[in-house]
Amino acid sequence: MYDLAPLHVCELCFGPLEVAYDYDAIRASISREEIEAGPPTVWRYRKLLPVGNQPLVDIQTGWTPLLKAENLGRVLGLRNLYIKNDTVNPTFSFKDRPVTVAATMARGFGFDTIACASTGNLAAAVAAHGAKAQMKCVVFIPSDLESSKITNIGVYAPTLVAIRGNYDDVNRLCAEIADRYGWAFVNINLRPYYAEGSKTLAFEVAEQLGWRAPDTVIVPTASGALFTKIARGFEELATVGLISGGTPRMGLAQAAGCSPIVTAHEANTMLIKPVKPSTIAKSLAIGNPADGYYVLKAIKETEGLAGSVSDEEIVEGMKLLAQTEGVFGETAGGVSIGVLKKMAEAGALDPDETVVAYVTGNGLKTPEAVAGALAPPITINASMPDFESALGLLREEAPALS
Amino acid sequence: MAKRRVRLFFPPNLITEPIVYTMGKEFEVVTNIRGGEIAGDSGWLYIELSGEDDEIDRAITWAIDRGVRVDPVEGDIIAG
Repeated sequence: MYDLAPLHVCELCFGPLEVAYDYDAIRASISREEIEAGPPTVWRYRKLLPVGNQPLVDIQTGWTPLLKAENLGRVLGLRNLYIKNDTVNPTFSFKDRPVTVAATMARGFGFDTIACASTGNLAAAVAAHGAKAQMKCVVFIPSDLESSKITNIGVYAPTLVAIRGNYDDVNRLCAEIADRYGWAFVNINLRPYYAEGSKTLAFEVAEQLGWRAPDTVIVPTASGALFTKIARGFEELATVGLISGGTPRMGLAQAAGCSPIVTAHEANTMLIKPVKPSTIAKSLAIGNPADGYYVLKAIKETEGLAGSVSDEEIVEGMKLLAQTEGVFGETAGGVSIGVLKKMAEAGALDPDETVVAYVTGNGLKTPEAVAGALAPPITINASMPDFESALGLLREEAPALS
Repeated sequence: MAKRRVRLFFPPNLITEPIVYTMGKEFEVVTNIRGGEIAGDSGWLYIELSGEDDEIDRAITWAIDRGVRVDPVEGDIIAG
């Protein structure tokens, strides 16, 4: 056991460190009523996060909608399907959850610089929280990152460092930089605290369902931290007496072009073989997932599920979600919905069970993924005959518009 | 003297090779195994390398050239 400090691996075995809580003390002081009276953000669950009483770095993250997906549920034959719509966080992805905790801890530990290495969502979240905390911020990105993504990060004015080289070289360099400089790398030396923020995706779902866990959850997965922390979140709520029952069946969703954990699950081994990612779901493109072993453990313990989808199925998933529920999720959301659809079609989900699919990022971050797969607009001259002629065509092709 | 913590992943064709021993013989680095697993035809090790920075770099490059995957112990750091 270590004191709270910016440590992330055990000095003896190099395994990852986790935050430990005094659950007896929390159970004695926490209540549903107190939480319900709290702020409409992740901070309503402050007692189950590792920040103590220190000032928060808060950009109003969390308490995102849990949408009863009637239309999508009808398509998939699921009567109690919900979408946890985490596309509406301040920087438009779930990454604001872990980063608000990491930034709070970084300031509490006395760091003056917050940092990360990212291809998009994490970078924006870190840069935004760095700005709010008025900390120096350094964000490492691959040199070939799309200009639209650079804008989404650059607007918060971090120091942006674009690194040339292959993915593995860049990865090793960032680890060395984190070792050498006294910066708060949110997903390296602050990882134990950072990861805790993702538990709030379980806390909110349970509260929004009337203080109960769903039967099954589907989680888009990269490193595995989100997956394992959602499982832990439900487990903690039961431990402190806020819900009865325990962890739902944990459903793993990966892109087929980067699915090392699904592959290990299907091979019935706990050894994860790293892969070179090749998928349009860039936010899930982690070929060597640090928490993969713990994901497999959680699947075993909850008799969970695992599946992967091709790039084409990811696009179809994005479109299906948008066209049934009005939610535009990024490619990771397409992975979630694509795998959900596969599981439903395979009969792996009971039509009456409560299923929650997590959609963790906004579609406006990856519009190019679906742009080529949509019907083009009907272009007309600015005249009534043209319009009516076009409308006539529409009536022919789409009787529902009549 | 620098120290670096890395994770070595051995594919099937290298699982029987004395890679860590040879690394310590060929380069001025101390190899300190801290954890690991072999399952089926593959395996991984957590290892601490101590030595001069350049020598550690050369040892890592040597292992990669032989087909060993070398990552930080944290796994992939570049997040989405």
